[in-house]
Amino acid sequence: MRHHLFEWKEGLLISLTAIRANKGRSILTMLGIVIGICSVALMATAINGIDKAFANGISALGADNLYIDKYAWFSDEDFFLMRNRKNVTMEQFERFEKLAQLPLAVAPSILTMHKVLAGDNYVEGTLMTGTTDGYVRTTNFNFARGRFFSALESSGARNVAVLGSEVAAHLFAKRDPLAQEVKIDGIPFRVVGVLEKQGSNMLGNFNPDNQVYIPIGTVFKYFRRDRDTVTIVVRARNTAMTEATKEEAIGMMRRVRGLLYDEKDDFSVNTQEGLTTEYDKVVGVIKLVGLFITGLSLLVGAIGIMNIMFVSVKERTREIGIRKAIGAKKRTIMGQFLTEAAVICLMGGLVGLVLAVLLSMLVNKFLPTSVQMNTVVLAISISLLTGIVSGLAPAWTAAKMDPVEALRYE
Amino acid sequence: MNIINFENISRVYQVGSEEVHALDNVSLKIDRNEYVAIMGPSGSGKSTLMNILGCLDTPTSGKYDLKGTDVSDMSDNELAEVRNREIGFVFQTFNLLPRATSFHNVELPLIYAGIPAAERRAKAEQALASVGLKDRMLHKPNELSGGQRQRVAVARALVVGPSIILADEPTGNLDSKTGEDIMALFQEIYKLGNTIILVTHEEYIANHAKRVIRLLDGRIESDRQVAERAVPKRGN
Repeated sequence: MRHHLFEWKEGLLISLTAIRANKGRSILTMLGIVIGICSVALMATAINGIDKAFANGISALGADNLYIDKYAWFSDEDFFLMRNRKNVTMEQFERFEKLAQLPLAVAPSILTMHKVLAGDNYVEGTLMTGTTDGYVRTTNFNFARGRFFSALESSGARNVAVLGSEVAAHLFAKRDPLAQEVKIDGIPFRVVGVLEKQGSNMLGNFNPDNQVYIPIGTVFKYFRRDRDTVTIVVRARNTAMTEATKEEAIGMMRRVRGLLYDEKDDFSVNTQEGLTTEYDKVVGVIKLVGLFITGLSLLVGAIGIMNIMFVSVKERTREIGIRKAIGAKKRTIMGQFLTEAAVICLMGGLVGLVLAVLLSMLVNKFLPTSVQMNTVVLAISISLLTGIVSGLAPAWTAAKMDPVEALRYE
Repeated sequence: MNIINFENISRVYQVGSEEVHALDNVSLKIDRNEYVAIMGPSGSGKSTLMNILGCLDTPTSGKYDLKGTDVSDMSDNELAEVRNREIGFVFQTFNLLPRATSFHNVELPLIYAGIPAAERRAKAEQALASVGLKDRMLHKPNELSGGQRQRVAVARALVVGPSIILADEPTGNLDSKTGEDIMALFQEIYKLGNTIILVTHEEYIANHAKRVIRLLDGRIESDRQVAERAVPKRGN
């Protein structure tokens, strides 16, 4: 064991001397690794950021939520068959609310899009969620100002609205929106609450920051006289109870919808797992492609290292002969050159990482992200591994040299 | 006791379709504390003999016992260990590591032997002192004269306390005065009880030895003891 330690220390010393002796060459070679590691680290950081943004968005919506809907959100079921299902009505929601025992909260919801206006400012095509006062308990909303609308306002279908943070910022700039009037498609509503920033652009329009919440009765009164299908949002008490809550929801909905025992469900219970699965499907591919492409730049760097190591071995043939003559074994010579390649790569990797940290501070302006500890570990291990892999062939060439030939080399 | 015992050693090289017998059935014994010169014209097989003696190469056939151990069939790694422990090389071109100090050059065989740093330091310093270079420990080879470089090489050869010192034309790259100094150093080392094998084609260098073996066409042409006498000067 002691042998190995001494030899390794000697190897480290030699590589540092060799790198110093060929400064220009070493730095150019390192540059390839710097670029490679920097891009891999940046890509990993960006992916972390996207994942985090998505997870934040999901948790703002409520991670343990179920959505009872006429349509299955993520499925291969025939859309036209689903379209022929009966609508989920408010009456069904009310019966379901009485029957279901397990949920923490239930609320109906219906989406609609309208122009919202306050004074001279307006937002075109704002997504509205029409719902009841119970909705707020299915979310993790925090309020910057005011409150969610009350049971009375909900059942009375009063013209009250809760604004998402972005919508509020657009309409009122620095002014306080509370108790102000906004016009939704020309109809006046009073602002009773403004949400705090919930934090995810990953969800686009579905991001609560970009939405307006109004009593469901007002939706039916002004915008959807056809009494379209509603989605019942069900919040389980906790993650462990999600499955049981879903089972109960299916049973109760069948009762509400008057289904016979041999009839198939004519509704779907959607979960955010579906959303996550869908996300992973799409983003997973992007991640792989991204890492593959950035990996290519690392490969180019690795080829550079291999090339320079072959040159180094050739140049030092005589040195290898001397070392062998005085007792260096194959593994000693091998270790020496592997160490040299690893040191070059590690140095390049560290520089690349520092560069990535600096660049990610720039990226942070567009995508909330920072270099994670696991990215640092990943980058360092990858650079070390790159060094060892690309040093392998040159080191082996050195190790198996015939000492007689090597000593004769001019 | 014989340190070296060659039994019918042959070394055949394949050059194209032709076989070259660099060594042809050579048998040879060398005792502890002998001072042997190996001579012969180019192509006589001196280098091959020296490579096999130094465990840098293995014979095609025959048996080589070094200190009672058969080394003729050893693997590369086993040979490396034998070289490290038993053989001290001194080359014509010094073969020092150019970027390392004298001290580090001398320390290197001890590193490969797995000796701890403190002991390495003591031994390397002692070896450098014994060749009169204690004050040049931290100089690199390019800061030393040819004679000093060869002294560092001798210190490196001595440092592990090997069974044989193998010197291949040790004065070939030195002027005659410095060459004589190096030969005097070998004489001292020999008197301390070391076994020295000197490969040379210079008669006056060979005359320092106590036994001269002459090779011709891969065979031993003559092997004679040299009577104790005054060392002739160059040009005689």
